[in-house]
Amino acid sequence: MKTPAVSNARDPLAAIRTRTPARIFTGRSGSAYRTRTQLSLRSDHAAARDAVQTDIDWAGDLGPDFLRAWDMFAVSSQAQSKAEYLMRPDLGRRLNARARAEIASRCPVGADLQIVIGDGLSVAAVIRQAPQLLPLLHAGAEKRGWRFGRPFAVRYCRVGVLNDIGEALAPTVLVLLIGERPGLLTAESLSAYMAYRPHSGHTDAERNLISNIHAHGVDIEEAADRILCLAELMRRAQLSGVAVKEEGGRLTQNAQPLLSDE
Amino acid sequence: MSYSITVRSERFSFADLREVFAKANEDKSGDRLAGIAAGSEQERVAAKLVLADIPLADIVANPLIDPTQDEVSRLILATHDQAAFRPLAHLTVGELREYVLDEGQDSARLGALHWAIIPEVAAAVTKLMSNKDLVMAASKIRNITRCRNTMGQPGVLGIRVQPNHPADDLGGILLSAVDGLLFGCGDAVIGVNPATESVETVSRILHGLQRLIAAYDIPTQSCCLAHISTQLDSLERGAPVDLLFQSLAGTEAANASFGINLDMLGEGRERVLEHHRNREVAWVGDAVMYFETGQGSALSANAHHDVDQLTLEARTYGVARAFAPFLVNTVVGFIGPEYLYDERQIVRAGLEDHFMGKLLGLPMGCDVCYTNHAQADQNSADNLLLLLTAAGCNYFMGVPCADDVMLSYQSTSFHDALSARQLFGLRPAPEFLAWLEQMDIVRNGELMAADSPARQRLEGAVKRIA
Repeated sequence: MKTPAVSNARDPLAAIRTRTPARIFTGRSGSAYRTRTQLSLRSDHAAARDAVQTDIDWAGDLGPDFLRAWDMFAVSSQAQSKAEYLMRPDLGRRLNARARAEIASRCPVGADLQIVIGDGLSVAAVIRQAPQLLPLLHAGAEKRGWRFGRPFAVRYCRVGVLNDIGEALAPTVLVLLIGERPGLLTAESLSAYMAYRPHSGHTDAERNLISNIHAHGVDIEEAADRILCLAELMRRAQLSGVAVKEEGGRLTQNAQPLLSDE
Repeated sequence: MSYSITVRSERFSFADLREVFAKANEDKSGDRLAGIAAGSEQERVAAKLVLADIPLADIVANPLIDPTQDEVSRLILATHDQAAFRPLAHLTVGELREYVLDEGQDSARLGALHWAIIPEVAAAVTKLMSNKDLVMAASKIRNITRCRNTMGQPGVLGIRVQPNHPADDLGGILLSAVDGLLFGCGDAVIGVNPATESVETVSRILHGLQRLIAAYDIPTQSCCLAHISTQLDSLERGAPVDLLFQSLAGTEAANASFGINLDMLGEGRERVLEHHRNREVAWVGDAVMYFETGQGSALSANAHHDVDQLTLEARTYGVARAFAPFLVNTVVGFIGPEYLYDERQIVRAGLEDHFMGKLLGLPMGCDVCYTNHAQADQNSADNLLLLLTAAGCNYFMGVPCADDVMLSYQSTSFHDALSARQLFGLRPAPEFLAWLEQMDIVRNGELMAADSPARQRLEGAVKRIA
């Protein structure tokens, strides 16, 4: 990872652990975890469970300045509560009637790049990552001379909502920035789901995904670059999904020392 | 054909086989979501009673999904061994349950049934079995497979090391893998889910894993669990592919949502077999495919044809077995509470999937897992892990402290593997165990403490990387 190794005389493996956020070399008590490991897992699970249940307050969480700067507004899927959202993926994939009318009246049709923010399963991810990502995507679109759609937010949002938005606004490339299911490591992980001219009937096979946008994973600048590059690839290929593959990809450091041991 | 029955003076009717199948299931949130679940416990039992009396021949003769509209249905019919089925055809589903559980039916005799039983029949009998039935029946069936080592023999419990990293950092991936090796894990496969689906990333992960295996001469397989087309593109550009991975579902439309079809699987398998022939590796067998599955995926893609998720999972195994896989595992708690609501449903589904897979001839493993929006916790995973070990599950996942830092869910850990092996007196795959002993990671069947020279050499290598 990027943080420099900190030496710790009492724990000679401390430096190694900085290479990955995984819980490696934690020792054992018989075949079981050390007590400290056991309780830290419980603690992180409790935090993740709470994060799932949090409801988003767009103005309060993202701040009025951000909403004003981007002229943002929020609509809802057909789910009416967090509990219903969790159990009814079919409702989370559809915009409600008011949302359809609102985006049709407030957003331009046929944008080259349309960004939508969805709460998904983590409000914390949206709050942390989306306000940093949006300006970079906007700047990248301007640089390329793309018409940038007016961004908006969707509450109780599932990935399949791409199709409804595609039908209503007919963007060339649609990007949904959506909070990922919180894990034990972080509740701040964001995904970008992308589709070329999405419409009713599109499945995951016609979508591309950049996941793990958070401090331990893909950083904001890289995420923005990859989203814009994928958008270019989609425009060139005039399609999205499994037939469109990202080029490059960062593997931060090689592992030569480990492998040259013997 | 419609069915009806009177239970305690109440009349229950079912329009067709598909409705009987769906309503005979144990309670699952996914069947409710699909609108096909039993409306009451009484109706559920009525469906089970009806199902118990249906002859297997009727199920074979009445496909739940029309073969003219679905290539999975056509595959199931084409691969059915009708000669082997003939002696069973007159049995009812209830009689098949007793037949499978009978002490006289050992591994060899049940093994002879694999291709006589179609997935829908396996699903039907599963609906009549208790959790303990599923453990007992599955424990009698050993399905053995070979690639770079041998999995599935009696007394063997394998573990996939799953060293995922949220930024695909190869050093981080290999560190997690070494942690697993030092716990005696990794015989099933060292298998990485990439965070980025690009040929470059997948190639570098495959090369990195292969260098680790070559450096220490480890008798195991590597795999990068990207889309099949990305792995094959990587292979074309020179990356070593031991196992070709793909997620599968039980209908043509659901597989299409994964971007695959049966021809792609067959062509990919042929390509990897040819690639194996051209590599200087001491292969012990030619099983080259690795599949993951899970109840609910077809409904999630709106491709379920109003068939219940248990039956669709069985059909997925009908796809898997046509390609002679080395590994197959259900990822049983990954899909979320919309399909498997809580621990009770996840445990049930895990036992169902494992039994059905074994009955259909698959080398069945299980990713015992849960997400943080399901009503489950690590105690739930402990419970299912122990039940499936008793059931003779081929392998589990080994994730550092069960916390997958890339996929953001909890599975089972290297520690869990050690516990399950100790508790049930099980060993790693034989070739892998010999390597562990040669490295002095295991001595006299015991995992060594940190003072063995070979262990310190591995850890020393790990320290230099950081």
